[in-house]
Amino acid sequence: MFRFSEIKKSFLVALWLMFLTFPIMVIRVNTIYKTIEWRWERMFMVGIGAFFLSFLWRYLHKKKEAGEKKAEEAGTLPLAQRLIKNRQFSIPAAIGLGIFIIAFPFIFSMYQTNIMTTALIYVVVGLGLNIVVGLAGLLDLGYVAFYAVGAYSYALLNHHFGLGFWAALPIGATFAFLFGVILGFPVLRLRGDYLAIVTLGFGEIIRLILENWNAFSFGPSGIANIPRPGFFGMDLSLSQSITYVYFLMIGMAIFTIFVVKRLQDSRLGRAWIALREDEVACQAMGIDKTRTKLSAFALGATWAGIGGVVFAAKTTFINPASFTIWESIIILCIVVLGGMGSVLGVIFGALVLILLPEYLRAFSEYRMLIFGATLVTMMVFRPGGIITDVRKTYKFKGLKDKQPTV
Amino acid sequence: MMKNHVRKILALAFTTTFICLTLSGLSLAADTIKLGVAGPHSGDLASYGIPTIKAAELVVKEINAKGGVLGKPVELVVEDDVCKPEVATNTATKLVGESVNVVLGHICSGATKAALGIYKDSKIVVMSPSATNPGLTQSGDYPNFYRTIASDDAQAQLEVDFALNILKVKKIAVLHDKGDYGKGLAEFAKKFLEESEDAEVVLYEGVTPGAVSYAAVVQKIKRSGAEAVIFGGYHPEASKIVMEMRKKKMKTLFISDDGVKDDTFIKVAGVYAEGVYATGPKDVSQNEMTSIANDAHKAAYGEDPGAFFLNAYAASLALLNAIEKSGSTDYDAISMALKKEYVDTPLGSIRFDEKGDATGVGFSMYRVKNGAYYEVK
Amino acid sequence: MDYFIELFLGGLTRGSIYALIALGYTMVYGIIQLINFAHGEIYMLGAFTALIVAGILTMLGWNQVAILVIASIVAVVYSAAYGFTIEKIAYKPLRQAPRLSALISAIGMSMFLQYYVLLAQTSNFLPFPNLIPDFKFLEPIEHIVRSSEIVIYATTAIVMVLLTGLIKFTKIGKAMRATAQDRDMAMLVGVDVNKVISMTFIVGSATAALGGVLIASHTGQINYYIGFIAGIKAFVAAVLGGIGSMPGAVLGSLVLGMSESFFTGYISSDYEDVFAFLFLVFTLIFRPSGILGRTDTDKV
Repeated sequence: MFRFSEIKKSFLVALWLMFLTFPIMVIRVNTIYKTIEWRWERMFMVGIGAFFLSFLWRYLHKKKEAGEKKAEEAGTLPLAQRLIKNRQFSIPAAIGLGIFIIAFPFIFSMYQTNIMTTALIYVVVGLGLNIVVGLAGLLDLGYVAFYAVGAYSYALLNHHFGLGFWAALPIGATFAFLFGVILGFPVLRLRGDYLAIVTLGFGEIIRLILENWNAFSFGPSGIANIPRPGFFGMDLSLSQSITYVYFLMIGMAIFTIFVVKRLQDSRLGRAWIALREDEVACQAMGIDKTRTKLSAFALGATWAGIGGVVFAAKTTFINPASFTIWESIIILCIVVLGGMGSVLGVIFGALVLILLPEYLRAFSEYRMLIFGATLVTMMVFRPGGIITDVRKTYKFKGLKDKQPTV
Repeated sequence: MMKNHVRKILALAFTTTFICLTLSGLSLAADTIKLGVAGPHSGDLASYGIPTIKAAELVVKEINAKGGVLGKPVELVVEDDVCKPEVATNTATKLVGESVNVVLGHICSGATKAALGIYKDSKIVVMSPSATNPGLTQSGDYPNFYRTIASDDAQAQLEVDFALNILKVKKIAVLHDKGDYGKGLAEFAKKFLEESEDAEVVLYEGVTPGAVSYAAVVQKIKRSGAEAVIFGGYHPEASKIVMEMRKKKMKTLFISDDGVKDDTFIKVAGVYAEGVYATGPKDVSQNEMTSIANDAHKAAYGEDPGAFFLNAYAASLALLNAIEKSGSTDYDAISMALKKEYVDTPLGSIRFDEKGDATGVGFSMYRVKNGAYYEVK
Repeated sequence: MDYFIELFLGGLTRGSIYALIALGYTMVYGIIQLINFAHGEIYMLGAFTALIVAGILTMLGWNQVAILVIASIVAVVYSAAYGFTIEKIAYKPLRQAPRLSALISAIGMSMFLQYYVLLAQTSNFLPFPNLIPDFKFLEPIEHIVRSSEIVIYATTAIVMVLLTGLIKFTKIGKAMRATAQDRDMAMLVGVDVNKVISMTFIVGSATAALGGVLIASHTGQINYYIGFIAGIKAFVAAVLGGIGSMPGAVLGSLVLGMSESFFTGYISSDYEDVFAFLFLVFTLIFRPSGILGRTDTDKV
């Protein structure tokens, strides 16, 4: 592993990176105070760091290639799916997980529960985007618009009509559904990246309207004092409320997982997957492209709307600044990082992407830097996501040597 | 065989994670007074939040050197909220979970609004050095909230009065940066102008922060014939607008708020900053405590203090003083002490009124002359 | 009438700014079908590098034009280097991977670069010295159009001509077109695809860096976040004009810049972005591949 050529390569990489980062890292020009600071030690840090990292990088690349070849030859399922299929593992794991989930708020502090609830909201929203991006293959960069619709529906309905959480939930979901249809119409003819930019545009349009149309949405000051979900009309203290919302979200997440899985296996779900794989062939097979696309958008939007309503109830204060492009991007990252199309992957992705920055608070400043680097690294080494989606395979019991995959 | 192995490893993994998470959740019980400090400490608004930490650190250091509060040392619990409401709620929950006695923060009005509900339910006194949204104190929704800075409507009133009575302009363009703070100020300014019937609001627009060019808006200002511009927002947009105006040879007066009354504005806008008016907290540079606080900052951190430093310094003093004077960390006792007792701070001798605003903390108008802000008397 | 001309020129400036960035976007997209989210950050890095160089040279008291030239060159070289490196680290390994994975990698890179600059430098807005000297002959109409704007127009025009020339008349340009059309075939006929892709990134980044220097001079201040916003707008412009087409990128940028300027001038600045995006949506509804885009017929 430490052949001379490798060392030479790493040395050159280190030199290159030292050169590359020289101006930004080493020289700090402050034109406000007209000072120039030279920080030479940083250059050496970069050099040494780069030297070792390049070894690591190459090693990981080699492993990845070897792993890919092995998987191709063996034809076995990736680890996660194997684990699930293995009854001996999955049942005790499920029970253990169940106990952990139920006991969670009582073992951990309010703060941890709060974060976990946020992660769960993102699980639901991520699963929604999964329908659009993962299953139907429609790249939606403005997904946060539906999230905002849900949140603002609850906030405004509550403000004007005094509707409570439980009443607002289905209404918010319906509004999001409608918006999904409305926003879906113009994009029917668009392909791939054009679709992406238009959806991005829509996301921004919704946010800007919320920000500027003060009379309707109270603009940038947002809406405050949104009531938390009520428990049969009782008033809850803060910690009780947090626990309550947590369990609510667990229930919601389970419900979502169930529905999404059923949808995946349904005719509609298969139409989506067909759409993703090859639009023209899909049409040739007689699948109504319009209806399929619109349903993907609308159903995906519905989950975002639900997530939005809970978000508003949980944070008790919303303003347009929470619904920027970055949010859409984060949700997209959850889906892709976790594993496009796979439910388990999305759950995992949501947990990782939301919990990680919170637990990285210790690193405070470097938090986002690490986050960005993690995204790149994850994608380079596992482009399929953490838990890759595996298409349903059908084995014919009769033929033992051949395994036709669908 | 393999199954047993896998099981064992998993059990070990679960237990380890469990223990790690539990330990991180436990807080060390200590006999200290805990002062929570919340605000943006990372990201693009960090420069507004970090000076508050430094102020708290200096105050706490000095007080601990004198024996602490009620005989106990004061401990700082610093948490980042990156000025985002949803993160702020997490931050608030964390601080509450760590049993802080009082909170210095948050910095941004939006984040503060989001977090206050949580503090209110847990009966914790919160004092902000910078959240200027009037509703925070005036709505009465947050009896646990105080601040050592005057609210936006006072600023807007000052700007309008100045424009009408001192500058005597009749046509005013009101601009904002579409943000909570800027738009709020602009709306108040517009309201006061319309109420006064002495001047005409010829233009009321929002500019997009971060846009590549404000030429179009500036041209609109020129066309509207405005004699002065009242701008609500922060210095990056203000400096771009002023620069564009001056480069187009417009002599329009520019009046802005304390988001612009910052040395960075002058440095960034350079020569174009000359003549710009901005409101800011009353000039307290004559105050002895102010110079002591500023010197302490320079000595400890090697640079001049940043935004809201003095406000945060005053707030920390006020909070800790209230605990000391009331003799306990009980919510009601502290609240009463804040309203009753005067405390000497770099902002003057202050106490708090029924709604939570600090008395004796006001705004004055400043003008840029020869590259620095001078108070206009 | 004066007002109209001013708005027109303002729109031209905006459009030129977007164009310099959009060209890079479109070039990269044309070759590897990747929306390079990190492109805006290359533009930002160019501006920062130029600031650093200009800062040092100003302290040493060099002549203004020399500073402009040297700062630009250094910025271009460095941005090209960054573009090259980013491609090798974050995009090359993902050439065979699903497109979305490469997109996420680009997003991660964008974040990384933003915070890298934030941490290594400062979160404050830094004033950027006006490196472009004021032309004496422009003095009478200085309030309508400034010398920095003229330089921006000229640079955009020259860059566009140069790039079109590069693509149409040089060997490497031909190789780029071949790779864009069909990568596997290009490899089969002997095109060094890796080199071509690297070249594309280098050229695209260089253009963005040039844009960065000029715009920073024009607006007078930079900060770590300018790349992201400019990037999104430039991307919209590129798509509007037909992504993958260079004249399309410039046309789209000009159209976007103009429409923003006129909308703000005659209607309202509040909704200028809403208008820009709606404009995009409507254009795409009637011309799904952008104004100058070619509708690729899929062979089934």
